[in-house]
Amino acid sequence: MIKTLAKYLKGYEKYALACIFCVVIEAVLEIMIPFMMAKIVDVGITNRDLDYVIRVGLLMFGMSLVSLLAGAAGSYLSSKAGMGFGSQIRKALFDKIQDFSFSNIDKFSTASLITRATADTNNVQRMFLMLNKMAFRSPIMLVVAIAIAATINSQLVFIFLLIVPILGFALYFIIHKAFPLFEAMLKKYDGLNASVQENLTSIRVVKAFVRSKFEKIKFKTSNDALMEASIKAESFIIWNLPIMQFSTYLCIILILWFGGGMVMNQTMLTGELMSFITYVTQILMSLMMLSMLFVNCLISGASAERIVEVLNEEIDIVNSANAYKGPLSSGTIEFKNVSFKYKKESEDYVLKNINLSIQSGETIGIIGGTGSSKTTFVQLIPRLYDVSEGSVLVDNRDVREIDVVTLRDAVGMVLQKNVLFSGTIEENLRWGNENAAFEEIKEACIAACAHDFIMDFPDGYQTHLDQGGTNVSGGQKQRLCIARALIKKPKIIILDDSTSAVDTATDASIRKAFNETLSETTTLIIAQRISSVQDADRIIILNDGMIDDIGTHDELLSRNAIYQEVYNSQMKGVISE
Amino acid sequence: MKAAAKPQNGGKTLLRILSYLSRNRVQLVLVVMLVILSSSAQVAGNYFLKPIINDYIMPMIGVSKAARNYSSFIMMLCMMAVIYVVGICSSYAYKYLMMKMSNRALNEIRTDLFNKMQDLPVKYYDTHAHGEIMSCYTNDVDTIRETMSESFTAVIQSLTTVIGTFTMMMVLSPSLTVIIVIMMIIMFLTIRTIGGKSRIYFRRQQAAIGKVNGYVEEMFEGVKVVKVFNHEKKICDTFDDLNKQLRDEATIANTLASIIMPIMGNLSYITYALIAGIGATQIISGTLDVGSLASFLQYSRSFSQPLVNMSQQFNSILAALAGAERIFALIDEKPEVDDGIVTLVNVEEVDGQLVECEKRTNRWAWKHPHGDEFTLVEMKGDVRFHDVVFGYEENHTVLKNINLFAKPGQKIAFVGSTGAGKTTITNLINRFYDINKGSITYDGIDIKLIKKDDLRTSLAMVLQDTHLFTETVMENIRYGNLNATDEEVIAAAKLANADGFIRHLPQGYQTILTADGSNLSQGQRQLLAIARAAVANPPVLILDEATSSIDTRTEAIIQDGMDRLMKGRTVFVIAHRLSTVRNANAIMVLEHGEIIERGDHEELLAQKGKYYQLCTGAEELS
Repeated sequence: MIKTLAKYLKGYEKYALACIFCVVIEAVLEIMIPFMMAKIVDVGITNRDLDYVIRVGLLMFGMSLVSLLAGAAGSYLSSKAGMGFGSQIRKALFDKIQDFSFSNIDKFSTASLITRATADTNNVQRMFLMLNKMAFRSPIMLVVAIAIAATINSQLVFIFLLIVPILGFALYFIIHKAFPLFEAMLKKYDGLNASVQENLTSIRVVKAFVRSKFEKIKFKTSNDALMEASIKAESFIIWNLPIMQFSTYLCIILILWFGGGMVMNQTMLTGELMSFITYVTQILMSLMMLSMLFVNCLISGASAERIVEVLNEEIDIVNSANAYKGPLSSGTIEFKNVSFKYKKESEDYVLKNINLSIQSGETIGIIGGTGSSKTTFVQLIPRLYDVSEGSVLVDNRDVREIDVVTLRDAVGMVLQKNVLFSGTIEENLRWGNENAAFEEIKEACIAACAHDFIMDFPDGYQTHLDQGGTNVSGGQKQRLCIARALIKKPKIIILDDSTSAVDTATDASIRKAFNETLSETTTLIIAQRISSVQDADRIIILNDGMIDDIGTHDELLSRNAIYQEVYNSQMKGVISE
Repeated sequence: MKAAAKPQNGGKTLLRILSYLSRNRVQLVLVVMLVILSSSAQVAGNYFLKPIINDYIMPMIGVSKAARNYSSFIMMLCMMAVIYVVGICSSYAYKYLMMKMSNRALNEIRTDLFNKMQDLPVKYYDTHAHGEIMSCYTNDVDTIRETMSESFTAVIQSLTTVIGTFTMMMVLSPSLTVIIVIMMIIMFLTIRTIGGKSRIYFRRQQAAIGKVNGYVEEMFEGVKVVKVFNHEKKICDTFDDLNKQLRDEATIANTLASIIMPIMGNLSYITYALIAGIGATQIISGTLDVGSLASFLQYSRSFSQPLVNMSQQFNSILAALAGAERIFALIDEKPEVDDGIVTLVNVEEVDGQLVECEKRTNRWAWKHPHGDEFTLVEMKGDVRFHDVVFGYEENHTVLKNINLFAKPGQKIAFVGSTGAGKTTITNLINRFYDINKGSITYDGIDIKLIKKDDLRTSLAMVLQDTHLFTETVMENIRYGNLNATDEEVIAAAKLANADGFIRHLPQGYQTILTADGSNLSQGQRQLLAIARAAVANPPVLILDEATSSIDTRTEAIIQDGMDRLMKGRTVFVIAHRLSTVRNANAIMVLEHGEIIERGDHEELLAQKGKYYQLCTGAEELS
């Protein structure tokens, strides 16, 4: 885990190292200064030696200045290194997720990916900042302080050499007990956030069913569970302070007793006893810091693991070594013995033994019941998923041998669950082709029957869309999405139930425009309405992951039971007219 | 809920955070006392060092072992031990109490947030991004957590020590205390200058974090679209810019914040050196004795430590204030007002009279109080719009002069081009939004008089966007009627034709749906939403594009079931598909917020108007 993350320090190691250097200087000075302080009292003031006091005082002044500079530099350097490290991890995560295939994304869920790129990354960044500044400081202070204490009195040192292991054991016990409890708490925390998020997106359902009381009780349950888990975990951590105080106080009393005896026996000076106590306090403080650091590391360790999990995720759709990058010349599609399932371990195939070939420029309609795998079927063409068995060919090449960018540039797809981004309408449309002339954009919008309603907005193409396009209606959104795909001028265009919220008349004129302007383009249309597909060259009937029948509207109407039934259910009223 | 990082009226916000902590006054007072006790024990323990060394150890130097009187020495050490034990015990006690109190307080803050969220009008959610509201629960509550558990006690502790040692120093040497005061002023000015600067940069850092998080959220939500359009490279570049900006702002903010510590610490060392020098001259001139200077120097060290500690809390308190302000802004939002008085009750008929009863009878009545009296009006589902005018924003009317009536048992359909205002009409019936002019009556009662909860209970809605919960399929359907038995749930699923595919799921009805039901197809999600409405067994049903992703064969089966269920009750349907609306009793054709045609399917086709036009898309080709 550390190895994976250490890579992202690249370019910032020099800041991190320089910071450690500053921290070391600061730590050494911070221990030496109290030494000076003791000397001023013990030697200078006791002997009324003003020169000595001023000399040591000036030395101390100089040391403080150096320590201040080192501290200030350390603050800058650690910030530079820490923020750099954090930003590189964030970038690595973002880039990695852009490389994810659909099935990689499905595996993690969007919400969890967002948390990993935001909250978890912040945690790791904070941990690094702390480590950079403390990981060397505390041990150095510990070692130096013990060394100095030993030079003052080598026998008394044994007192806290006795205490330190006891203390260490106690802290280990706390951490050991608390860590699993903290992990449990973090899970509860995730759960709480997820339920708030869900409540937010479903707020209309909650209100429509008058379930706010129910939701409040549900929330109370998870909120209380979080509180209890957190109290359980923290009730171990709070032992830290009393245990530290206990060890410190015990040390002081023992040192007073034994040290006092030594002073009485004149084997130790009074001043030495005083500074010894000071050092004991300092040593135990360093230990305290170390234990805090350790606890924090363990807690953010959970976040680091979640990040590494994403970074090490194997991407299952990658370009083959000698992927074909040249332009695709036609929009022919061929399915050869294609079977597909979403997870390797599932037993049932979602698509079974599909064989089909589609000519360039053909218009294909796809009809099928709810859950008959229509969406899955078309997603194999731009290689959003890889087939489990068999092969899919575009322009007579296996899609796995075509460069992914080339392939997806050639296949325009309008997803069923589509998304618009915040920005102007024009910016959104330019996703299709950044360099498109405005005329081309307008043409695409006219073909998608979007131009008129866009012009009805006061700002026309410059109208600002909210995130997710929530300020346009469902049907308008779908038409913008179609236009966006058309601007790509693809060889193949796939409409996955893309006109479900568009009225029949508009739907008809979109199809009319398609026929006129896209006669060269292979078109696949998934629809529920017969009217959306009936003028297609061929219509595929999907049933339970298999092709039930293929034919023209008239053929299917005369021979296919499913098609007849669908047709009758839709056309009754209209035909009687 | 703008990112108002500037804690205007910081004191008030701080008091409000404290008010959450002080729900249990006794505990709070106890904590404060324990903290003072704990830090006093520390100061007192240190205070004992000097007399022990001077009065008990020094006099025995050189005295032979046998002649030493240990008893008083041991007594002193025991007293010290007792004080320390008291200190340790009170440390644990206040830590424990504080931990419990702050967890309880955070729990209450979250509860207040969530409960307020449930009571806010739908309009609030139209104008506030989800990410913004979510950050209240994550970032903002987190910053408060830190302040509550750490800063609060740390400040009390530091203050106790500071006040205690300051008094001692004043007693020892007023003239040297002046140096300490000067040091304090310098420290204060430094904190103020650097703190002020770092607040500016922290605010900029928060804004940069917001931008990065927002971008991440939007692009991850749309990642499938990004991939379909090969937009990965461009997205990464934009992200890079935002990320670098965050890095630079954060570096400055963090440098400024962490620089305070070394400055404070070393300032105190310099002060120490100064006092030593000046004190030494005073000793030589005879105005100060050695012992006093030694203790004074000792005190000056224990004096600066808590000051440094407090300066460390400074930033976290500022951050917490900013977080708390955002939280309180949400808690203080105006809730959805409900001044309805009419309630919905179950009734049964006794001797031809309607009588209110407890059990579910599938007959409802509106209970309309008039002073002490009340009347029962049988709920039939008669919905009327009288000259209704409405707009989401003040100057932009969406619906103009809508007049319509739905008689009990009728199926009313709304058709029309996208953006014509169909969904809006249904949002007015259940009062997600309030109309600007005109009135809507329900069984003759103005809906403004009806309690919102009761009004909405009487209407079951299937919304255009299907939302499911992370729960089992069974519980998701049961959402429509929490008292439904498993059998009733399954019956509803069968009615919605969802039973078949549910049984094919790995754990059937016990399958847990994940992340808004994304392991189901769009159509299957709609079937579940319909089952959820069916199990509610409502007097009035509103279907807003409820079957748009369902194939027409399945739809026909559902429709049969629904027609049976809703016999004698009112149904509102919004759809584009003719097959969905064809058998409605009345079809309203909406255009630009006005009803331009109404009638049944046959009549409207005969009119050859807009409806005919809408249908011809299908008709021309048949």
